[in-house]
Amino acid sequence: MKHRTFFWFFLPTALAMLLFIFLPIISVVTQSLFVSHEQVFVEVENCDIFGCKNEMMIDAAATEKLRAEQPLGRFVGLANYFNRSHLATSEIATLWQTAESWGTFYDGLFNLPLYRAIIFTLVFTFVTTPSVIIVGFMIAVAVNALNQHLKGLVIFFSLLPFVVTPLVGSLILFWMIDARGIIGNSLQYLMGDPNLSLKASTGLTWITLIVYGVWHAAPFAFVIFYAGLQTLPQDTLESAMIDGASRWQRIRFVVIPHLMPLVTFVALIQLMDNFRVFEPIVGFNASAHATSLSFLIYNDMDGEARLLNSAATTSVLTIIGVAILLSPVLVRTWRDWNRKV
Amino acid sequence: MSSPSIIENKSVALRIFSAGFVVVWLLIAAFPFIWTLWGSFKVELDFFSKENWTNAITGIRTIKETGAAYTMNGYEGAWVQEEFWKSVVNTTIVCFFVVCTSLTIGTLGGYALSRTNFRYGFWLLITALIFRAMPPITLVSGYLLPFFEWGLWGSLSTTIVVLVAINQPFTLWMLHSFFQKIPKELDESAKVDGCTQFQAFRHVIIPVMWPGVITTGLFSFLLAYNDFAVTAMLLAKENQTMVPKIAGFLGTTQTEGNVMFAVAAVVSATIPLFILVMFFQRQIVSGLTAGAVKG
Repeated sequence: MKHRTFFWFFLPTALAMLLFIFLPIISVVTQSLFVSHEQVFVEVENCDIFGCKNEMMIDAAATEKLRAEQPLGRFVGLANYFNRSHLATSEIATLWQTAESWGTFYDGLFNLPLYRAIIFTLVFTFVTTPSVIIVGFMIAVAVNALNQHLKGLVIFFSLLPFVVTPLVGSLILFWMIDARGIIGNSLQYLMGDPNLSLKASTGLTWITLIVYGVWHAAPFAFVIFYAGLQTLPQDTLESAMIDGASRWQRIRFVVIPHLMPLVTFVALIQLMDNFRVFEPIVGFNASAHATSLSFLIYNDMDGEARLLNSAATTSVLTIIGVAILLSPVLVRTWRDWNRKV
Repeated sequence: MSSPSIIENKSVALRIFSAGFVVVWLLIAAFPFIWTLWGSFKVELDFFSKENWTNAITGIRTIKETGAAYTMNGYEGAWVQEEFWKSVVNTTIVCFFVVCTSLTIGTLGGYALSRTNFRYGFWLLITALIFRAMPPITLVSGYLLPFFEWGLWGSLSTTIVVLVAINQPFTLWMLHSFFQKIPKELDESAKVDGCTQFQAFRHVIIPVMWPGVITTGLFSFLLAYNDFAVTAMLLAKENQTMVPKIAGFLGTTQTEGNVMFAVAAVVSATIPLFILVMFFQRQIVSGLTAGAVKG
């Protein structure tokens, strides 16, 4: 295809991505360097029977005017990044000096909103992703052994948790694990503890969210692996059997290597999707025990205050996180490409 | 399709175990939906029963309160009282336009990417992958201030354009992999016969691309339908689509004891997806594997 033709074919989608993905990134970076204007004070003389005093008063009109004229606010450089709601460098430094053990250091860290969110996001990402791959693989192997007629039906029901709206899916599970819901109630009965609540403790909330994550994404891994199983090299499998390989050895040395590229693919997609974990925290109303980076941004923008600069700062840090997460993949693709050329 | 010889030598224990595993998975996957669908026709004290969870099945309180074992109160409250129908209309509008626009500009771009051998084609795909990896909410924080300033905030059309753009990276990747399966000789020969590149695309490639376009359209639809981050932040209250509306229910109705409105709304929002999977299972599966099989 000629450069010219390519240009015209690609122009609409390029424009869409330029205007609504690339420019917003610039906008986010810019906003993260500003804070909204402080309120304008005026000195007024206030006289009463005891005499006159000068008092500082908020000038609402002037504040309003200043904010309307310069909606971006006041330039502060990188100050947003280092304040308590973000990287909290000074708090960390004090904590480092005063903390007696790793435990107290961790506790202190956990009280800082950004670090709390980073810890949960990373735990969620790196526990859910491998679990999804393992569960998906097991379902794929089990379904593959089923009768041909049953497969369609099983795939139909398996797809449901995957296509359902994440917020809706988490609400459905949330209502079931409620102390008055079927699962919550049964758990209380099984554990013999009538006050057991999955929402009350941080640990249990995290487990609930991770279980939701696996429930939601396992069908995706299952479908991919199932498709991979349909293209298994039958000759290799048969010769492995003739050579006396056991069932487990065949899975270990033939099936898994064959599926390895698919595992990489699922892992890549899952890392990206789990890193942005957000809806389940809203659905499970879990923000008291678990917040993620995406949730922090949402929380800043939501509500009356609309802390746009704070949200922008967290966004930039999140984008940097995504870049770090993706860097091994990018480096690998870059090398592959160079080898090809 | 494993060959018969492999199935035969499977031990009975292993077969039972594997069938049992599938049954357990089916329960985990499907039961929550069935349970919520069933419970949506009960009153709150049955679906969230302090005394006994079997009340949700028998519906003791429902009979006491309404005189019948099933009640439409939740649906009535959500659809009529809380005007959920408006959100349904908004969701329909948003999804329709997002799917149409995404596919139009996505097929053009994806086709171009699959037919170029220059280095920039590769870099554009990598850029799209990076864009795909970014959480949509980070972009939303970039939109808010400019949209407020320019008076674009709150309308359905703004949200549609934003959703189209956010979906583009994914759409491009998927269509690109579908287009690559169509032999280049097809458009080459059309061009030899005197077609321009666009005519070749329009009259030769698109007719054989329908399955790929439909599959991509399904995923575009799902992305728009399921979105929460963008629709929750960019739509004014009167323009809300279903998902932010449901989230809104949680704040206001939980206190009033009208959780059943939210339950009914959740079921209403799930039914279209259920139908979608029923009719398009094959396309969804092929779409999921399209990106993967290529490696």
